[in-house]
Amino acid sequence: MNQSLNISMADSILYLDGVNVSFDGFRALNDLSLVLDAGEMRAIIGPNGAGKTTMMDIITGKTRPDSGQVVFEGSVDLTKHDEAAIAELGIGRKFQKPTVFETQTVHDNLELALKADRSVRSSLLWMLSNESRRRIDEILGITRLGDHANEIAGSLSHGQKQWLEIGMLLAQDPKLLLVDEPAAGMTDDETAETARLLKEIAENHSVVVVEHDMTFVRDLGVKVTVLHEGSVLAEGSLDTVSADKRVIEVYLGR
Amino acid sequence: MRGLVFRAFDRGGMIFLGILFGLILLLALSNLLMPVGHALHAPTYLVSLIGKYLTYALLALSVDLIWGFCGILSLGHGAFFALGGYAMGMYLMRQIGDRGVYGNPELPDFMVFLNYSELPWYWHGFDMFWFAAIMIVFVPGLLAFIFGWFAFRSRVTGVYLSIITQAMTYALMLAFFRNNMGFGGNNGLTDFKDLLGFDLQNDGTRVGLLFASAAALGLGFLICKAVTRSKYGKVITAIRDAESRTRFLGYRVDRYKLAVFTLSACMAGVAGALYVPQVGIINPSEFTPANSIEVVVWVAVGGRGTLYGAVIGAILVNYAKTYLTGALPEIWLFALGGLFVFVTLFLPRGIVGAINGSGDGGPSPIMTKIRNWREARAMEGRS
Amino acid sequence: MIARLLALMIALCCGLPALAADPDDLPGLIDQLHTRDYAAMEQTVNAIAATGDPLAVAPLQALSDGDLYYRKSDDKVFIARKAESGTDLIDPLTGEFVENVGRRDARKIGINNNMRRALRGALGSLTLLSPDPSVRAAAAQSLFKSPDPNAVEALGQAIAAEKDAAIRTAMEEAQAASILLSDLDDATKIAAIESLADRGGRDAMSLLKGIPDTASDPVKAAAADGIASIEAALALWSTAQNIYYGISLGSVLLMAAIGLAITFGVMGVINMAHGEMVMLGAYTTYVVQEIIRNNAPGMFEFSLAIAVPLAFLVSGSVGVLIERTVIRYLYGRALETLLATWGVSLIIQQLVRSIFGPTNKEVGNPDFMSGAVQLGEMTLTYNRIWIIVFALVVLAMLMLVLKRTPLGLQMRAVTQNRRMAGAMGIRTDRVDALTFGLGSGIAGMAGVALSQIDNVSPNLGQSYIIDSFMVVVFGGVGNLWGTLVGALSLGIANKFLEPYAGAVLAKILVLVAIILFIQKRPRGLFALKGRAVES
Repeated sequence: MNQSLNISMADSILYLDGVNVSFDGFRALNDLSLVLDAGEMRAIIGPNGAGKTTMMDIITGKTRPDSGQVVFEGSVDLTKHDEAAIAELGIGRKFQKPTVFETQTVHDNLELALKADRSVRSSLLWMLSNESRRRIDEILGITRLGDHANEIAGSLSHGQKQWLEIGMLLAQDPKLLLVDEPAAGMTDDETAETARLLKEIAENHSVVVVEHDMTFVRDLGVKVTVLHEGSVLAEGSLDTVSADKRVIEVYLGR
Repeated sequence: MRGLVFRAFDRGGMIFLGILFGLILLLALSNLLMPVGHALHAPTYLVSLIGKYLTYALLALSVDLIWGFCGILSLGHGAFFALGGYAMGMYLMRQIGDRGVYGNPELPDFMVFLNYSELPWYWHGFDMFWFAAIMIVFVPGLLAFIFGWFAFRSRVTGVYLSIITQAMTYALMLAFFRNNMGFGGNNGLTDFKDLLGFDLQNDGTRVGLLFASAAALGLGFLICKAVTRSKYGKVITAIRDAESRTRFLGYRVDRYKLAVFTLSACMAGVAGALYVPQVGIINPSEFTPANSIEVVVWVAVGGRGTLYGAVIGAILVNYAKTYLTGALPEIWLFALGGLFVFVTLFLPRGIVGAINGSGDGGPSPIMTKIRNWREARAMEGRS
Repeated sequence: MIARLLALMIALCCGLPALAADPDDLPGLIDQLHTRDYAAMEQTVNAIAATGDPLAVAPLQALSDGDLYYRKSDDKVFIARKAESGTDLIDPLTGEFVENVGRRDARKIGINNNMRRALRGALGSLTLLSPDPSVRAAAAQSLFKSPDPNAVEALGQAIAAEKDAAIRTAMEEAQAASILLSDLDDATKIAAIESLADRGGRDAMSLLKGIPDTASDPVKAAAADGIASIEAALALWSTAQNIYYGISLGSVLLMAAIGLAITFGVMGVINMAHGEMVMLGAYTTYVVQEIIRNNAPGMFEFSLAIAVPLAFLVSGSVGVLIERTVIRYLYGRALETLLATWGVSLIIQQLVRSIFGPTNKEVGNPDFMSGAVQLGEMTLTYNRIWIIVFALVVLAMLMLVLKRTPLGLQMRAVTQNRRMAGAMGIRTDRVDALTFGLGSGIAGMAGVALSQIDNVSPNLGQSYIIDSFMVVVFGGVGNLWGTLVGALSLGIANKFLEPYAGAVLAKILVLVAIILFIQKRPRGLFALKGRAVES
């Protein structure tokens, strides 16, 4: 298995090999290996405690692995960078609980996320260019928040906040998007809409989606990785993994 | 750069500056032009009192900049204020020259008293105003930079940061109380004679200091305004509301915090430097942690996150303090303590927030309070 | 070593003239003191000393002081005292007044330097031979502190006669000290130096340092060796003493910090009024003692036993009151809690100042808390020992409460998962109030302990709050073992730095060290790791 991983490392956008993390004796990730090809969209499913969020923490630099390789774009060792550097490398993350800047307007939220020089000096001298303005308007359109541009983000509904966060990811324009449970707490219509939005994004980005909602995963129609107790249990199309006995045992239930 | 300057001068800023300088001008004229005893004569002590309030307001502004906008609650800002004050005090001590009690042209009185044979190295240069003026900004800024560099890089946040800032000012207080630190120990620096050649007892000098304080406050206000209205200001507000989210957007949170913390400390230093000649003394008690916490309540009362709120809070609370410690000294600490409790419980956005209802376009504070409380209860599973 | 000393003693004893004194004839012997023949007088003095009768001390002392006179009319010897007119004669043995005579009717018995020396030895040996062991011990002690070469012989006699081992050792040391000042030979002196070095202590060292330059080289060398070995021992003792002081300071910090560790660790609440809870405990002690003084002075010994539970109740209920009226509205908003409780602390301080006045209050130490025990070169004061014990007992009890009681179980449940605990039917708000009360109550008990070693004033709490925060932050939040280790290491670090840096600088250094430490480990020494902590 390791050998086949090595072969694909060069064209992968994300490459995890033998990653271990433990917290006070609890092994959150257990020899986890995962490869994501450039441009691919992948759904990650698994029961609670399977290590989905910890995996995202590892990729985005929030947590350091005890051992193992985490490589971005075939050459960048992510374990050597912190959150801000990893974000600047081009990895964006949407959290499980929608996290937007509640006291600032929707427009400002997008402006903050917009791809630009992140240094202190340039933020002091920053003036919103016409191009940036157009890009923000575009994203407002995609996320259907155009009417709420000047509202305080804290006053948005739950679903709108999820979309704003996805919009912020778009504004960031990362190469790889990590999306944690984008459909949580949404109505069925909103869920379907979110799936459509993600598919649109996946056309020119690599995406990792963590989700519980099987309908949603089916809507995405992409390769699925099942995590269990910190390592990969099964991988393949949703139908393949759904038929896997072990997956049924630990996750889907009989 | 042009954007940065322009942003400082919005309508609110102009109104603020207009009111500030209008009142100061009236006060100055009534002090200088009206004869003593006239009903419209403003006594000199009042001029210095208002001048002192203005320096406090600048200090409050510096605390508001980091607490109100970036969520860094410093319980040690009095230290930067005092360091700026000491730098000014050292200049004023050197200006005394041989007019001290011991008549030593080189050494200040307390050094003669403590048998110093020569001026400590860190006192050199303070006989020149330009040098002192640099130190007033540089010393507090440097301390804040070093302290912040350690603290923010290691992600010390929230109450932990507050506690270590408090420990910082406490450690400095203990240090400055020591005689062999060379800063006058317990008694601090006092008996100043003149500043840039102007007699400090002279009414004109007092009015000049009043104007200097107002100018410093106005400039500080404009700087804060420009900074908070820039994208930088949006980033630090984002850090206040969701620090790790900001980090995942690629912002180097530690550098943003370090920059605003250092700027704030420099402002506090300037406030301290203007405070010292108007009260005539600087001693280690300015470092007491209680002083620094008091500054926080000024900001809380006025309304954190709004710049003029901090100014109003500082002036109101200090007026109350002057009045109460004179008229009902027993009551003052009750009032101050009660103010802390009252403001945190009932006026989380201060007077300005309560009056404005929705200063930043947000919901009114009372509703926010009720909603916060309900949410907290729901989340914590209390019933 | 001891064998050598014994040989020395025997040599000294054999050199003494064998005097057969009749103890019943003390008055007769005293009358014989009136003579101009100093050799005879010395014999008489030695004979008197040999009686070992404590009554003989007074006349010999008088002779030495020049107060011994003889009556011209009958040559009888008296102690004389100047009266308004003439001289009062006093019986030398009974101390009774006999008569007043004219100035010329009684004359002083003169002595020379040689006699003075003989008298000192005789006096020393008389007290050294006293039947009362405490007098003998005191005599040996005083001879050690101010050694006298003339007492060497007397000490030798006394050592030979001494049955009590402790007193004999003291006498041997006194003898060794005296030998150093005598003109005895070098071998004897070196033996004495070695004996002193074995004894150790500052007194022995100053004696050795006091050896005159005129002494021979071997003696000086032996003395230098002795000084070095004593210094090494003293350094060890001073380390031990520093550790003791450190533990003592640490136990005080521990008392102040335990309660904080609970409120901060379990509830995440920064209670800036915690120091005032300590202060209230100290004032409770003061009030209890005042009531006892005025109503039942005999109960004073029990004042602390009464004050401890009362202080727990007073501070604990104030804590519950604060929690119910202020803090519960601020959960989840740590910075606001910090400010509000600071306000509460100002109010409590001013309240106490208004009621009791701003000055320090006198809180007495009961007998069992006063005094000290000497352990080698260490002085252990009883109040500090008791506070260390008390702090550890409180910590142990608190751990028991947390581990073994339903309240403890509920508290731990609420700490780990508040919502789950609530869902399980635990009344989390009640647990919060009780937890806060418990933390505050412990602070009150700390106040009782502090009242024994610190000034009881409205500012008492303020002086401990920053240090206790440092302990909690250093040890790691929510971990009582961390608090223990944190308190003790801060205490010891402080006391170890003090000799080099002075008290204030030591404190600054410790503060700076902690500030730097927090940078390295923002969650303290014993922090929990993992995802839960970071969110």
